[in-house]
Amino acid sequence: MNPPVAAQGSHRADGAVRAAEPVLTARNVSIDYEVEPAVHAVRDVSLTLHRGEILGLAGESGCGKTTLAYGINQLLRPPAALKAGTVTFHDHDGTDIDLGGLHGESLRAFRWDKISMVFQGAMNSLNPVISIRAQLFDVFTTHRPGMSKKEKEERSQELLRKVGVDPNRLDSFAHQLSGGMRQRVMIAMALALNPQVMIMDEPTTALDVVVQRGILREIMRLREEFNFAVIFITHDLPLLLEISDRIAVMLQGEIVELDTAENIYENAQHPYTQRLLSSFPSLTGERGSFIRTGEGA
Amino acid sequence: MADDIREQQLAAQASGGGIAPAQIIEETPTAVLAGKAAKVGVWRRFGQLLRRSPKLAIGLVMVVAIVLFTVVVPFFTASPFALDNASLLKPGEDGHLLGTTQLGADVLAQLAHGGRGSLMIGLTAGAITVVLSVFFGVVGGYLGGWTDEILFLISSVILVIPGLPLMIVISSYIPGRSIWLIAMILGVTSWAGSAIVLRSQARSLRNRDYVAAARVAGESPWRIIFVEIIPNLLPLAAAQFLFAVVAAILGEAGLSFLGLGPTGSVTWGTMLNDAQQGAALTRGAWWWFIPPGILIALLGGALSLVNFSIDEIINPKLRTGSAQAKSVREARRKHKESRRAAKSARAEQKKVTS
Amino acid sequence: MKFYVRRFAFYLATLWFAVTLNFVLPRLLPGDPATILLQKLARQGGEVTPAMIRSVELLLGTSDGASLWSQYWSYLGSILRGDLGVSISNYPEQVTTLIGQALPWTLALVGLATLISFLIGIFVGAYVGWKRGTWADHIIPATTFMQSVPYFWLALLLIYIFSVTLGWFPIIGGWDTWTFDNPEVSFAFLKDAIWHGTLPALTIILSSVGGWLLGMRNMTVSTLSEDYITTAEAKGLRPSRIFMTYAVRNASLPSIAGFTISLGFVVAGSIVMEQVFTYPGLGRLMIQAVQGNDYALMQGVFLVITLTVLAANFIMDMFYGLIDPRARNNG
Repeated sequence: MNPPVAAQGSHRADGAVRAAEPVLTARNVSIDYEVEPAVHAVRDVSLTLHRGEILGLAGESGCGKTTLAYGINQLLRPPAALKAGTVTFHDHDGTDIDLGGLHGESLRAFRWDKISMVFQGAMNSLNPVISIRAQLFDVFTTHRPGMSKKEKEERSQELLRKVGVDPNRLDSFAHQLSGGMRQRVMIAMALALNPQVMIMDEPTTALDVVVQRGILREIMRLREEFNFAVIFITHDLPLLLEISDRIAVMLQGEIVELDTAENIYENAQHPYTQRLLSSFPSLTGERGSFIRTGEGA
Repeated sequence: MADDIREQQLAAQASGGGIAPAQIIEETPTAVLAGKAAKVGVWRRFGQLLRRSPKLAIGLVMVVAIVLFTVVVPFFTASPFALDNASLLKPGEDGHLLGTTQLGADVLAQLAHGGRGSLMIGLTAGAITVVLSVFFGVVGGYLGGWTDEILFLISSVILVIPGLPLMIVISSYIPGRSIWLIAMILGVTSWAGSAIVLRSQARSLRNRDYVAAARVAGESPWRIIFVEIIPNLLPLAAAQFLFAVVAAILGEAGLSFLGLGPTGSVTWGTMLNDAQQGAALTRGAWWWFIPPGILIALLGGALSLVNFSIDEIINPKLRTGSAQAKSVREARRKHKESRRAAKSARAEQKKVTS
Repeated sequence: MKFYVRRFAFYLATLWFAVTLNFVLPRLLPGDPATILLQKLARQGGEVTPAMIRSVELLLGTSDGASLWSQYWSYLGSILRGDLGVSISNYPEQVTTLIGQALPWTLALVGLATLISFLIGIFVGAYVGWKRGTWADHIIPATTFMQSVPYFWLALLLIYIFSVTLGWFPIIGGWDTWTFDNPEVSFAFLKDAIWHGTLPALTIILSSVGGWLLGMRNMTVSTLSEDYITTAEAKGLRPSRIFMTYAVRNASLPSIAGFTISLGFVVAGSIVMEQVFTYPGLGRLMIQAVQGNDYALMQGVFLVITLTVLAANFIMDMFYGLIDPRARNNG
C-alpha cells in the first residue's frame, strides 16, 4: 500500500497541526437493539471529535459504526435505543449542548444546522417525487424562515456549483441523475446550513472508483473552505488512511484502536487493526504474494 | 417496453394494497424449498405460525366454523324449499329456530343450504380466477416480448371494463342459470387484477440467478415456469385466491340480489333477494334479511383476516410493532427514572456538603 | 406527453372492445333474445312496425342472410351517430333520453360519495400508518370486516335502522314525488334531493372507505422505512411536512394507480344499492331494462357506464402523471 498522503503533516496548506478544540464529545455511549435476546450494538464507546478534523470510523459490516452515527444524531428507531452515555456538542459560540436532552422542537432545530449527515447509497435517500430544488429549499424553509425565494434560489445554485453539479439540475428529479450526481447533491444539501459537523456514512461505497475519487476530492476541498469536522464511516480502511486525521477502528461495538492515521499505518497496536490492514491487496509487490503468503499488503 | 412506474404501482395496489411486489417474497430455488420442508414438520411450522399471529388464528377459526355450519347443519334441518303453512314466523315459533320466510320456508334451513351454494360458487369462481390469472400473468410475465404485450393488453382491458354491469349483461341473455354457470361468469370477469399482480412478480423472478441458471442449462420455458417460478409465487397466489373467493361470494350475492343469480338454488344472495321481494324490511322481519348478510360479512371478513395475516408474515415491515413500541416506551421510562434518581442524589449530596 | 397519449389510446381501444362485446354477446350466448323480445313486444299490444323489427335485429342478430360483418358495420355506425336505439319498456322513448335523465343522479351521488370516501380513506389510512404501534392500529380488524359487508345488505340495514325504525330518512327515491312532479332547479328541490341521497351516499362511503384506508395504511408503513424518510428526519424537517410531502405523496401512488380496481367495486356496489333505495340512477335503469327484456336500453346503459368508468380512470391517470415525475419522464 502506498503511504497515506494525508498523514504527512495535516491537511492545512501551511502544514501546521490543527488546534485540538473539541466540537463533539461522546462519553460511554451504549446502544442496544431491544429484541429477544438483546443485541449490544455499541458498547461503552467514548470519542472526541475536534473542530475541522476528519475522523475515520472503520470496521466490517455489523460492527456498529452506522448505529453509533445514528445514535449520536438521535436518529435511532425502535428497536434500537440509547442505553447509556452522553453526547455533547460544543458550539463555536462556546455553549455546550447535551444531545440527549434535546427533544421535539429543540432537536428538530438543532438538526442539520449544527450536525448534518450524508447517507449511504443516495439511491433512495432522495425523495423520488419532488424536485431537487424542492428538497434543497425545504431545508431553508424550515431552518431559515427569513430567507426570500430569490435568496433560496441563489444559495441552492451556489451549493450545486460548489459540489460540481450544473445549477440547471435544480429542476431535475432524483431518477434523472446518475449515482455520482445524486451523491454530490446529497453533499450539497448537507452543506446548506454551514454545519460544524458532517457525518458521512459510506458516502462513496456504491460508486465506481473514479467517481469515488472525484467526490472525495470535493469533500476535502470543501472541508478546506468551510472548516467543518467530518466523521467518515466506511469499511475501506486504506481510503481512511488517505484522507483522515485520526481513525477509530470498531469491532463488535467497541473501539479497539483510536490513533492518528500515520500511527495506525506504521504502528498498529491492536491485532484486529493489523489484520484489517493486511487484508487489502497492494498495487505494488510480487504478483500473487497476497493470496499465497498474505504478504505484499 | 420498460415496465413503467405506473404499472408497478398498480400491481402494488392490486396485491392487497401496499406491498410493492418487488420486495416481498422470500424466494428460494426449488431444491432448497424441498429440503426446507423436510427438516421442520409441516404441522409444527403451522403451529408456530398460529402462535405468532392471533389474526390468523381468529380468521381460520371463523372460516372453519362457518364451513362446518354449512356442511353439518343441513343434515339436521328440513329442506329449504319445504313450506310451512304459516308465514313470517318469528324465531323460536313452531320449531323454527330462526323463524320462517314469507312463504313459510325455514330460515335456518335456507341459511345452511344457502351457505353451501354460496361457498361452492365462491370456491369454484376463485379457482377459475386463479387458473386464468396464472396463465395470463405468469406466462406473459416470464416469456416477455410480444406474448407479454398481448396478454397484458388483454388483462388491462378486462380490468378496466366494469365487472358487475358486464355480468348483468351476460346473465340476462341466459334464462336458465346453474350454480356452475354463475361461478364461471364470476371467474371469467374477475381474473384481471390477479393477473397483473402475478405478472409483476413473475417479471422480477425472471431475472433471478437460479432462473437464469436453469435457462442456460437448457430447460424448457414451461418446465421453468412450473418448477422454478410458480412454487415461489404460491404464497402470493394463495392470497389472490382468497381475495377471489371473497369477491366471488360478494359478487354472487349482488347478482342474486338483482335476480340474476342461480335459478332454482338457494344461496345467501337469493335469500336476500327473496327478503327484498317479500318486503321483509318494511314488515320488520329482521331474522330473514339480517343473518344472510351477517354470514357473508363474517365469512368475507374471516377470509380477509387470514389474507392479511399471510401478508404480515410474508412482509415483516407490516407487523404492527406495538410490542416494539411498548418496549421502547418502557426503556425511555426507565431511563428517565434513573436520571431523575441521579439528579436527586446529587441534590442530596449538595445539601450535605454545603 | 407520451404517457398521456398512450393512456388515451388504451381507453379508446377498450371502448371499442366494449361496443364489440355488446354486439357479440347476444349472438354468441344460448337463448334467442331477438325472438323473446319480439314476442314480448307483440304481447304488449300496439303495433310491431318494420322499423322496430329492424332495430331489434340490428341489436340482437337477424335470421336473414345478412353477414355478420355488415351487421357489425351498421351497428358501429349507429353507435357513432349517438343512436342507441329505442327503449322497449318505455316505448317510444329513445334510449339516450332515458339515460340522460338518469345519468346526473348517478354521477352526483356516486361521484361525490366516491370522492369523499377516497379522501377519507387516504388521509385516515396515512395517519393510522404514521401512528403505527399505537391505538390507531386497532382500527384495522374493524375495517377488514367492514370491507366484506355486501353494499346492499348494509343499505338494507341502514334503511331498517334509520328509515323504518327511526324515521329520520326517506326509504326510497331520489326526491319526494308527492311534492315535486319533476326535478327542477330550486333550492327546495336541492335540499330534498340531498336528504334523499344521504343514506345511499353513506352506504357507498361506509363500504368503500375500508379498502382505501387499509391499502394506504400498509403503504404508509412500508414507505416510512424508506431511506428518504430518514434523510428528511435528519434534516430536521417538521413532522407535518415529512408526513405530507415525503410519506403521503409517495404512499398514495399505488392507491391512485390502482383506482381502477376500487372503482370497479364502487360501481358494482352502487348498482345494487340504487336498486335497494329505488334511486333514479343508471343502475336502477339497467335493472329495469333487464327485468323488462329491454336489451337496447340495457346495452345502452352498459356502454354509458363503461364510458363513465373509462373517463374517471383517465382523469386519475392524468392526476398520477402529475404527481409522479417518473411516469412523465419515462423513469
